[in-house]
Amino acid sequence: MLIEAGHFALALALGLSVVQFLVPIWGARTNDATLMSVGPPAAIGVFALILFSFGVLSFAYATSDFSLANVVANSHSQKPFVYKLTGVWGNHEGSMLLWILILALFGALVAVARNAVPPKLRANTIAMQGLVTIAFLLFLLITSNPFERISPAPFEGQDLNPFLQDPGLAIHPPLLYIGYVGFSITFAFAMAALIEGKIDAVWARAVRPWTLTAWGFLTLGIAMGSYWAYYELGWGGWWFWDPVENASLMPWLAGTALIHSTVVMEKRDALKVWTILLAILTFSLSLLGTFLVRSGVLTSVHAFAVDPDRGLFILGILVFFIGGSLALFAWRAPMLKQGGIFAPVSREGALVLNNLFISTACATVFIGTLYPLALESLTGAKISVGAPFFNATFLPIAVPLLLLLPFGQVIAWKRGDVAGITSRLYVAAGLAILATVAVYAVTLGGPALAPLGIGLGVFLVLGAFNEVATRAWQSGSGGVALAAKRALGLPRSTWGTVLAHAGMGVTVVGVAATAWSVERIVSMNPGDVQTIAGYEARLEGVFPRTLHNYNEDVARFTLLDDGREVAQLETMKRIYPARGMSTTEAGLETFGFSQVYISFGEIQPDGSLGVRLYYKPWILLIWIGSVIMALGAALALTDRRYRVGAPVRAKGGPRGSGSSTRRPAATSAVPAE
Amino acid sequence: MTIWILFALMTGAAVLAVLVPLSRRKAAETADAAESERLFYEDQIAEIERDHGRGLITAEEMRAAKAEAARRLIRATSQASAPQETVDEPALRRRRAASAVALSSVPLLALAVYGAYGSPHLPAQPLSARLEQTIDPRNLDIAEAVARIETHLAQDPDDGRGWDVLGPVYMRQGRFEDAARAWANALRLLGPDPARLANLGEALVNAEGGVVKARAREAFEQALGLDENHPKARFYLAQAAEQEGDVAGARAAYEEIVRRSPPNAPWLDVVGERLVAVGGAPIQPRAPFATAPGSEAGAALAALPEEDRLAAIGGMVEGLAARLKEDGGSAEEWVRLLRSYAVLGDRDRAQVALAEAREALAGDPAAVATLDAAAAEMGLGGAAPRQ
Repeated sequence: MLIEAGHFALALALGLSVVQFLVPIWGARTNDATLMSVGPPAAIGVFALILFSFGVLSFAYATSDFSLANVVANSHSQKPFVYKLTGVWGNHEGSMLLWILILALFGALVAVARNAVPPKLRANTIAMQGLVTIAFLLFLLITSNPFERISPAPFEGQDLNPFLQDPGLAIHPPLLYIGYVGFSITFAFAMAALIEGKIDAVWARAVRPWTLTAWGFLTLGIAMGSYWAYYELGWGGWWFWDPVENASLMPWLAGTALIHSTVVMEKRDALKVWTILLAILTFSLSLLGTFLVRSGVLTSVHAFAVDPDRGLFILGILVFFIGGSLALFAWRAPMLKQGGIFAPVSREGALVLNNLFISTACATVFIGTLYPLALESLTGAKISVGAPFFNATFLPIAVPLLLLLPFGQVIAWKRGDVAGITSRLYVAAGLAILATVAVYAVTLGGPALAPLGIGLGVFLVLGAFNEVATRAWQSGSGGVALAAKRALGLPRSTWGTVLAHAGMGVTVVGVAATAWSVERIVSMNPGDVQTIAGYEARLEGVFPRTLHNYNEDVARFTLLDDGREVAQLETMKRIYPARGMSTTEAGLETFGFSQVYISFGEIQPDGSLGVRLYYKPWILLIWIGSVIMALGAALALTDRRYRVGAPVRAKGGPRGSGSSTRRPAATSAVPAE
Repeated sequence: MTIWILFALMTGAAVLAVLVPLSRRKAAETADAAESERLFYEDQIAEIERDHGRGLITAEEMRAAKAEAARRLIRATSQASAPQETVDEPALRRRRAASAVALSSVPLLALAVYGAYGSPHLPAQPLSARLEQTIDPRNLDIAEAVARIETHLAQDPDDGRGWDVLGPVYMRQGRFEDAARAWANALRLLGPDPARLANLGEALVNAEGGVVKARAREAFEQALGLDENHPKARFYLAQAAEQEGDVAGARAAYEEIVRRSPPNAPWLDVVGERLVAVGGAPIQPRAPFATAPGSEAGAALAALPEEDRLAAIGGMVEGLAARLKEDGGSAEEWVRLLRSYAVLGDRDRAQVALAEAREALAGDPAAVATLDAAAAEMGLGGAAPRQ
């Protein structure tokens, strides 16, 4: 009965989201507050129903209820409990349910968040979110129903794809989905603004917390996916320019541009049309990613079961939302009132430049990802667009963008002057050049370009903190204590910017340092010792082991540094009998930010073991930098500006107005997040 | 029935979520647009002042920025119109229409969609609950039986009989590691037994992809210690010798098995194959007479030297062929003839005999079916061409 109740809840959510779409939008058109007030409870109701449904599906997985086709196809009674749970979204149907759950979650959050969103904008936004929910609920129920039953039920399941039986599955998809789907709410805001025909700085501020949230989670999701690929695939690579990766990178780039353009819109009431377009494009790229990954156009571990009907359905959704939103944009955008004009050398000018670079970078990724697919479907020719293409096109755009980044941070709004900028940045630039020269000196004869990359990363980090330093020291008076106090007093959004940009710098250093990574492919017998970047790895032995639902061959290594034992590590080749598939688990040992990476190859006919040994200097910086970026977004979210409350008339009567009394008002309001 | 009551309750709650705000005389929280915009610009002006306070902008810049924000505030508030909360006739009509939409579309859509895809009669079936149900052996399938025994053993891992039962099932399912584990447990709990030891060894060999490794060899040697005639143990030890390149040893071991086996033992076919592979004399000629164990002719044949024996067998086969050709015979006799040719390695004559048999038996479909099945088993030409 419980299972069917979960199924019915989904159907009910579909009915309720129709109300969530129709009634508030009608209320906004007729200016009827009562109709508009239906939006929030409907959005919360839809979320509650989908949450219940998701809970039921998780329960079915936890109890190995093989009367559900979805559980049979993706679970196994002997699977460790945690993978039974993560298996809920380790398949097409369950992950789409998670997708919709997050969609509804964002709708419900907008419904309960009382930050200063004008009522009409909120009503229209909730309605648009309802429309997206309708489309995806229909998709789920019609083409990929997770509650399809089997009778009589089999007694054992077919197990989950072994690559997905990893702690990464517990973290990567939820993070990535919150990011992907989070942009649906900025899309809904953009649509709402176009429907209402009113876009201003208030809109920009209302949207900003949502963009920041989605961007932060997407950053973490991509970083987690990259780290997962790094340790699971056994090749030591962390980014493959794989179409699936690109599908997540494109919304990230567009989202990054969106974050920057909303700043201009909020401060200067300009770039409105462009910002709306970016909001539409970002979510469209999210949808495109979902389509590419789920339609079977691309074959990868993410594709799950391929079914042409599903691809067609998602394509329909894609065409409806992208086409519909762009049509609405084309119709409404010319009516938007343009804001102020601005000088080329100014903060807003720099942000426009940033947007230009990022959208060009996004376009190159788009072309590199879709061109081979289009060519294949048109002419049948298969071409492979890989790292060389992206290195040749993406990097020349990314590098100048990153070089200009610290300059953008120090330019004043409205009008900046070149002399002032250089005077503020020369210390950071000088130190970065010094760092580059030092790296060259230490690694003489090594890679030629990598030290420049390190220098760029250092410049980004120093440039980021330069803003804090110049602002704190600026007045010239006072000692260190006063400067520190002033630095801490800077708005959290400034600190968020600093952290996010510094995080980018840290990632750049990590990426540049991969040029010094060392790789060795050898065959070893027990007792053999191989040296890798100053460490010696001794193969202790290879032995079989049976755990849970797999058997594995374990190669155990002892890592020695100057003959002194520093670590034991194991690399495994696992065989999952239920699917007859095998996976490799790399053995990793971390030294500071660097890692020794040992991967199980093949057992040779003569009984020796093929081993891939890598030394990856500073590799962890890539992901640490991403985490810092996401932290920056989180910090910016806590800025007091976003905690501005909507008027809550609980106590009755108008509250004190005027800027001097804003502080207590802000604390009494319900926080946005 | 309860499920429909539950569905009705869920639907009722969903509809109420919409109807309650619609039935209020006044919207509960009427955030007013002008108010929220005013707050925004006030906040922006405050921020400009804070920036000035920190010395980020000059007083002149502050004034300009404040003036700009104020202009935008005036523009925004002059455009905004507060939502109406009137309860005039059109508003009431709208509310009634919205209520009707909610009351109809929510239950109808939910029922239509659920009706199309749902299975309301099926209960939830968690595995643990199903395993506790009473067993009806008549419709117990193998997977269920295994699941039940596994669950039982998870609770009572010291039941050796359970492991003994699981072992062969795992072997048949190709779960060799599990089979080895099961046999090892059975041995531990029920004590050593040559069959169990040999089975453990066999499972280990299969788990290693057919290679006899140290642990398996140990098991076989133990089995032989208990029963020196155990053919499976001897066979795998012979394989071990073969895999190690000890051809002479392997040949001797296979010959030893043949010597120790009863003449009609079912494993002799396999042993014979291996024996030929390591360069030994074929023992297959014994197979045609397997149906007549202990016959005098068989015993006499076995005593003949190799070449004479082959000649003698050839003569007997020829006799059978001649008799069948002239007088005809049953399908079984024809199959015996085919098998004899096949064993002698004379495929061409086997094909000819097959064609003759088909002709002779053409009137009897059952006999042709038997013939075809046997032919297919021996890898001879497929079904008879149908005219």
